[in-house]
Amino acid sequence: MPSQAEARAITASARNGWLLSTPALVILSLAAVGPLLIVVIYSFLTPGQHGNVVWEFSTDGWTGILWSKDIFTDEWMLADAHLTIFWRSVSLSLMTTLFAFVVGFPTAWFIATRPPKERALWLFLITIPFWTNLLIRTYAINEVLRKEGLMNTVLMGLGLTDAPIDVLYTQTAIFIGMTYVYLPLMVLPLFAAIDRFDMKLLEAAYDLYASRWQVLRRIILPIVKPGIIAGSILVFVPSLGAYVTPRVLGGGKQMMIGNFIELQFLQGKNWPLGAALSMLLLLIVMAALLVYVRYANRGSSHG
Amino acid sequence: MAKSGADRGFQVARVPGFAITAIVVFVALYLPIFTLVAYSFNASTSLAVWGGFSLDWYARAWDNDQVKDATLRSLIIASFAAVISTTVATMAALGTTRRRDFKGQTFIYVMINQPLMVPEIVTAVALMIVFGLVKVWLTSIGMGGLTTGLGYLILAHAAFCIPFAYLPIRARLEGMDLTLETAAADLYATPWQTFRRVTLPLLAPGIIAGAMLAFVISLDDVVITEFVKSGGQDTLPTYMLGQMRRQLTPEINAVSTMLLGLTVVLLTAFFLLTRKKT
Amino acid sequence: MTNPVTISARGVVKAFGQGPGAVRALDDVSLDIRKGEFFTLLGPSGCGKTTLLRLIAGFEMPSGGTILLDGADITDLPPNKRPVNTVFQSYALFPHLTVAENVAFGLQMLGKPAGEVRATTERMLALVKLEALASRKTAQLSGGQQQRVALARALAPQPKVLLLDEPLSALDLKLRKEMQVELKRLQHETGITFVFVTHDQEEALTMSDRIAVMNAGKIQQVGTAKEVYTQPKNRFVASFIGETNFLTGTARAGALELPTGDTIPVEGLKPVDGGKPVTVTVRPEQVRIGKPGVEGAKAKVAALVYFGTDTHCHLHLRDGTEVVVRLQSPASGDSGLAEGDEVSLGFAPGAAQVVED
Repeated sequence: MPSQAEARAITASARNGWLLSTPALVILSLAAVGPLLIVVIYSFLTPGQHGNVVWEFSTDGWTGILWSKDIFTDEWMLADAHLTIFWRSVSLSLMTTLFAFVVGFPTAWFIATRPPKERALWLFLITIPFWTNLLIRTYAINEVLRKEGLMNTVLMGLGLTDAPIDVLYTQTAIFIGMTYVYLPLMVLPLFAAIDRFDMKLLEAAYDLYASRWQVLRRIILPIVKPGIIAGSILVFVPSLGAYVTPRVLGGGKQMMIGNFIELQFLQGKNWPLGAALSMLLLLIVMAALLVYVRYANRGSSHG
Repeated sequence: MAKSGADRGFQVARVPGFAITAIVVFVALYLPIFTLVAYSFNASTSLAVWGGFSLDWYARAWDNDQVKDATLRSLIIASFAAVISTTVATMAALGTTRRRDFKGQTFIYVMINQPLMVPEIVTAVALMIVFGLVKVWLTSIGMGGLTTGLGYLILAHAAFCIPFAYLPIRARLEGMDLTLETAAADLYATPWQTFRRVTLPLLAPGIIAGAMLAFVISLDDVVITEFVKSGGQDTLPTYMLGQMRRQLTPEINAVSTMLLGLTVVLLTAFFLLTRKKT
Repeated sequence: MTNPVTISARGVVKAFGQGPGAVRALDDVSLDIRKGEFFTLLGPSGCGKTTLLRLIAGFEMPSGGTILLDGADITDLPPNKRPVNTVFQSYALFPHLTVAENVAFGLQMLGKPAGEVRATTERMLALVKLEALASRKTAQLSGGQQQRVALARALAPQPKVLLLDEPLSALDLKLRKEMQVELKRLQHETGITFVFVTHDQEEALTMSDRIAVMNAGKIQQVGTAKEVYTQPKNRFVASFIGETNFLTGTARAGALELPTGDTIPVEGLKPVDGGKPVTVTVRPEQVRIGKPGVEGAKAKVAALVYFGTDTHCHLHLRDGTEVVVRLQSPASGDSGLAEGDEVSLGFAPGAAQVVED
C-alpha cells in the first residue's frame, strides 16, 4: 500500500501526464480522430442530389458497397463494377506484398550480413527513398515505364523487343509502382528481424547436414517469421489504401478502392457510399494491424 | 580480389542469389530517381531525347508563378505544421515518458499514433466533410471570411505530423540520464529551472530531429492536401499531381529535383542528429 | 592398443586477412587423432584451437595444408557433407523447434526414414536423460539442460568425430564438474571420437586421453595428461599446465650448477656442448627441502602461505631467484618452518625436466 504522500505523488504524476498531452490530443481530436466519427455518421445518411448528404437515416451507403440500385426499377443488383475494383485492390496489394517480400528478403539479408561499418550506409540507402516524396517516386516510375522511357529504351536496345511495350496505365504499372514505393517498408522490419538472428544457428544447421535450401526453409524463414509478418502488413495496408500510385500509373482507368472513394466525393456522386467505403477500408486495415500486434507480441516472447 | 582461405571457404551466411538480388534492388531503387533528376537538366523539350545539359527548366519553373506560389505555400504550411506539431509532441512526450504508468496512457499512445494507422484517403475525406461542415456553419453565423485561408491545411498537417515529431523526441527522452535532473534538483534548481536549464538543452537534438521529420512529412503530403485545399490553394505536390494529368515537360522534373534535394538535406541532417555517438 | 588414425591434419595453415597485416591463426599444424579417443586441444585464447576445430568442422577452409578423415581428403568439403558434428560454445539450439525436433534435425536432413528418426531421437534423449522434456521449446530449459540437448543433437547422426567447442564454459562450477563426468560417460557409451577444445588445463587433464597443447598458432606438445604434466617439452607447456618453477644454470654430469655456484643433483643430466645454459623445470610439489648443509642449493624462507591441504613455501636463492615449494600441511597445520629459516633445496628423483625455451 503506498503511503498518503506517495499516493498524492502518483495522482499528480498522472495529472501532469494528461495535462501535457492535452494540446496534442485536442489537435488530433479536431483533425484526425473526430472527423472519422463524422464519417461513420455520413455512411448512414441519404445521398444529396448534387453530392453532399440529406440528413435522413439510410443503410443504402453500406448496401451500395456490393449492390447498386437499378435506375429504372429501383431493384438492388450485385454491382460487378464495384467487385472488380475490390478484387483489383486486394489482388494488386497481395501481389505487391508478395513481390516486395521476394526481393525485399534478399535485400534485408544482404544488409544484415554486411560488416557493421558498412551496414549503416546500406540502411541509409534504403531509408532515403522511404522518406522522400511518394508522388515524386511514383512520377519517376511513370517516366521509366513510358513508351519512350528508360525501360523500353533498354529493352529495345538489347533487342528483347522490337516495338515499345505500353505498360503505363495498366494494372502491371500500378503493381510495379506500388512495389517500388512500398519496398522499404518491407525491408526495414525484415532487417530488424534478421539482425537479431543468431548466425551460429546457420553453422549448426549446416553441421547437421542441411542443404542451402533446407537452411533457408527450415531455419531462417521460421525464425524471422515475425519480421516477415510485420513487413507484409506494413506493405499490404498502404497498398490497399493507395490513392496516388493508381491515379498516376493507372491513368484513371484502373481504379483502386482509394480512387473509388475519391470518385464518390469529388465527382459528387454518392457521399454515404464513399463514407461507408472509407469505413470498410479502415476496418480491414485495423484487422490487419491487430494481427500484426498479436504476432509482434508472440514473436518477442520466444526469443 | 586475391584468393585466400577466407574466400575459398564455405560461408554460412551466404545464400546463393541474395547478394545479386540486393544489388539489383538498390539499382532499381535509385535508377528511376537519378533518371528523373538527369532529365531535369535536359536541354530538349521532349522527355524522350537527351539534348544536352541545360538549366532552362529550372529557369522556367522559377518564372512560373504557379510554381512560386505553390512552393511558398508548401513552405509556409510545413513550417507552421512543424512548429505546432513539434511543440505539442514535445509536451506529450514529456507527459508520457519517464513517469509511472497511469490510467489512459495507452489511450494517449493510440491517439498520437492514429495518423500512422489510418489510410490517408480516409483521413482526407473525413477532413473534407468536417471542414465543409465548419465552413457552412461559419457562413451561416456571418463569419464567411474565415472559410478560406491556410488555417485548415495547417491544422490538418499539424495533426498528421504529430506522431512523426513525437517518436524521435520520445526516443531521446528515454535515452536520457534521469540522475542529471535529480542532480539539478539537488543543486537547488526549481522544477522549471531544471526543465529550462537541464532537460530542454539535453532534449534539443530530439526536438530538432522531430521538427525536421514533421517538416518533411508535411512537405510531401499530397492526398490530404488535395481533399482539404480550397480553390487556388495548391501546394507543390498537389500542383505536380495536377500537372501529371497534362502534357509532361521536364519542368516537373526540375521542381521534383528541388523538392528531392531539400528532403535529402533535411534527412541527412536528421540522421546525423539522431545517430548515436560512439 | 593403438587405434587407427581418424582425423589427420597435415601442414595446416590458416591466415586471416591479407598482405603484411595478415594474422596466422594456424602455422603449419600437423596432428593425428585416433579413433575412439578423447582428444583435447588446450591453449590460451587466441592460440588457434577453435580455428583448428572450425577447420575440421568445415566452417573455415585452410589457407594451406590438408585435413584427412579416415584417410580421405575432406579439406574442401562443406560442413554439411562431413560426417562430423559440433557442440557449440553457445549451444546454437534452434529456438523455434522443440527439444526432440532439435535432436531429430540432423537425421531428417540426412533423409532417414521417419521411424528411424523417432527411434534414434528417443534413444538420444534417453542417453542424455531428457526424455521428460522432449516437447519443450529450448528457451524454457536451464543452461545444463540446453547443454545436454546440444550433445544429443550432435550425437544423433552418429558422427565419426564429435567436435566440442568449449562446451562447458557457460556453466557454473558445480554443473561443469557434473558435465565433465557426463561427457566421459557419453564418450565411453557411444565410442565416438571426441575432439574437445578448452582453455581450462584442469578440465583437459582430468578428461582427455591425449592433449595437444597449443600456443600462437602452433602445436607445442601432444601427449597424455601425465606426459604433458610430467615431461613438458618447453617452457610454455610447463607454465601453462599447472604451476612450476624454472631454474637456469649450467649442466654438469648429474647436477645443475646455478649462477650462485650452488649445485643441485639432477639425475641423468649431461653437460651440453659449449656449456650453454640450460633451463630446468620442477613442479612445486617435487621440490625437496633439507636442513642447511645437506647437498643442494642454499636458500632462505621468504614467505609461507597456508592453503589448507598445502602450505606454499616461497624460497629465495642467494641471488634472489624465487622457488615455490608445495608442502603437504601436517595435522597441526604447522609446517615447522618459519620466515627467515636457512634451508637446502633439492629435487625429487626424476622430477626435474630440461625444457626448451
